[in-house]
Amino acid sequence: MSAILVWAEITDGRVKKPVLEALTAARAWAESAGLPVWAAALGKEIPDAVLSTLAEYGAEKVIRILSPALEPLVNSAYARALAHLMKEKGLSYAVLPQTYDGKAIAPLLAIEADAALLSGITQAPEKEGTGWKARRIAFSNKAIEWVYTEYPRVIATLRTNSVVPAKAPKPLATEEVSFTPEAKDLRLQPTGVEKVATDKVPLTEAEIVVSAGRGLKGPENWGMVEELARVLGAATACSKPVADVGWRPHHEHVGQTGIQISPNLYIAIGISGAIQHLAGVASSKNIVVINNDPEAPFFKVADYGIVGDAFEVVPRLTEAIKRYKEQHAH
Amino acid sequence: MKILCCISHVPDTTTRIQFTADGKALDRSGVTFIVNPYDDFVLARAAELKEKNPTGVHVTVLCVGQNGASSTDSVDANLRKALALGLDEAVRIDAQPADAYFVASQIAAYARGKGFDLLLFGKESIDYNGSQVPGMVAALLDLPFVSYATSLEVENGKARLTREITGGKELLECPLPLVLSAQKGLAEWRIPNVRGIMQAKTKPLHVVPPVSVEPRVKTLKHELPPPKGAFKKIEPDKLDELVQELANKGLI
Ligand SMILES: Cc1cc2nc3c(=O)[nH]c(=O)nc-3n(C[C@H](O)[C@H](O)[C@H](O)COP(=O)(O)OP(=O)(O)OC[C@H]3O[C@@H](n4cnc5c(N)ncnc54)[C@H](O)[C@@H]3O)c2cc1C
Ligand SMILES: Nc1ncnc2c1ncn2[C@@H]1O[C@H](COP(=O)(O)O)[C@@H](O)[C@H]1O
Repeated sequence: MSAILVWAEITDGRVKKPVLEALTAARAWAESAGLPVWAAALGKEIPDAVLSTLAEYGAEKVIRILSPALEPLVNSAYARALAHLMKEKGLSYAVLPQTYDGKAIAPLLAIEADAALLSGITQAPEKEGTGWKARRIAFSNKAIEWVYTEYPRVIATLRTNSVVPAKAPKPLATEEVSFTPEAKDLRLQPTGVEKVATDKVPLTEAEIVVSAGRGLKGPENWGMVEELARVLGAATACSKPVADVGWRPHHEHVGQTGIQISPNLYIAIGISGAIQHLAGVASSKNIVVINNDPEAPFFKVADYGIVGDAFEVVPRLTEAIKRYKEQHAH
Repeated sequence: MKILCCISHVPDTTTRIQFTADGKALDRSGVTFIVNPYDDFVLARAAELKEKNPTGVHVTVLCVGQNGASSTDSVDANLRKALALGLDEAVRIDAQPADAYFVASQIAAYARGKGFDLLLFGKESIDYNGSQVPGMVAALLDLPFVSYATSLEVENGKARLTREITGGKELLECPLPLVLSAQKGLAEWRIPNVRGIMQAKTKPLHVVPPVSVEPRVKTLKHELPPPKGAFKKIEPDKLDELVQELANKGLI
């Protein structure tokens, strides 16, 4: 029996939201294809919690590919393992979360599995004629592109934060498929990881992002931004010039040349809204702009706008949120 | 050491995007095309490696594309701009990019057997934002692939790299040859100087015919995102109103 396969990326022993989104989109795709959804979990060992989460989000079968050589993750080994699985089980379709590793593995897998690649789609592919059509974002948030393929095998990567993860519990069924990477799959040797010391949510996964720009005048003024983010449980971001002059770390820079995000809420403080900045954030579902210049271009894409001095507005907004949270604490 | 830098030809970052009446293609009239900004990082890193070892490093710049009707839509002009950074020769594969598989197949066909040690790409093109071509080239040529690289050092046939991952960076080692896609950080953007621009005029630019490849994905149509209506204005002294609105939407 065939199925739609989801690569269940495991991060720090857990599956994170992008995988749940991929499972949710895969279910919609599976429905129009008349297929079940399977998940593939790869690694040295797979924690039980991962298996049960995958079943809870609709995987009718979880296939484990276990090998010490699959940790740490090397993209080519993962691509070959997934291609091997697709071939052995006769699977034609797969969904990968569009995370750093998902984006790296997908094009390799498309070649290994001889498939078409639909990259960064925002919803499940829809049946059209004898093929599949899908919606994606192009021109750095400035356009929507509808793509189409009739190729017999299709790999899709799902843009993060495009689909709301929904549970669809299935009884847990697992199977093991064996695969051992060859030396050539492991030419790339990870030698270490440097985590950015932070207790905050990573920018790419955050549902709320508080971002600030040159309007804040200097790095010493970021305390109020951090505080607003803390109260909201948000990640912090910044504009390019702010990272370039070293007021903020580079990994916070969003935009055309930085990180592209689409959180549910983006709060832009003292950022003008240059087109290159918007290229990274304009697909955020709700945008709040705080700027003392009523003509700032950012207001054109705002849902809510506050014309005012950030140094007054931000602390007050933080207080208002704290007040609300206290009143509504259960 | 032989380096191949692949660049794409994309609308300037400030372009107001518009499409042809049937929505199938970008309306190129009046649009200025530039070297993809991520590819500029790659060109700058290649130029640095070349400067350190002018006789031992040879850099080829490659683009799959055709020159447009206007002077602001010239692949050749962008290839020459790249050469002006002090790089050696340019190649244009004379075909309109059909999809990522088509482009990757052209690049792989050109590079196969030529002994490139480093095949350098940007992390994505700012037009279709696919992030597909570099990985496909790596798989087609059966080479290791480092994605989102933020640094690259080469020593004794081996590369030491860092790449961006969620919440940090990963350190890597890899024997050459390898394929890399660049994230910001790989090098500082460079602007060519007058001498470089003059020299670039006479450097070789080879136009190569494409190999025959069937694309796998096609564009049905483009749409512009629906225009945002006027935003809701919140007075700086009525922030509770904003908080209530955000709470109503389940955001707080
Ligand atoms: C190829 C290319 C790529 C680029 N990529 C990116 C990118 O990825 N990301 C990015 O961000 N930029 C990018 N840029 C730069 C971009 O064009 C802008 O220069 C940049 O976004 C401006 O940053 P800013 O809004 O912080 O600063 P400014 O443009 O200086 O704006 C500061 C804003 O703060 C407001 N302000 C000042 N004081 C206050 C106050 N007290 N209270 C409230 N508001 C105040 C001002 O009204 C103004 O709107 C790129 C540029 C190029 C050419
Ligand atoms: N037509 C092209 N010619 C040469 N290189 C390209 C072309 N299109 C994309 N690339 C390279 O592949 C990278 C990623 O592009 P993409 O996969 O289209 O997002 C770019 O940054 C370029 O380095």
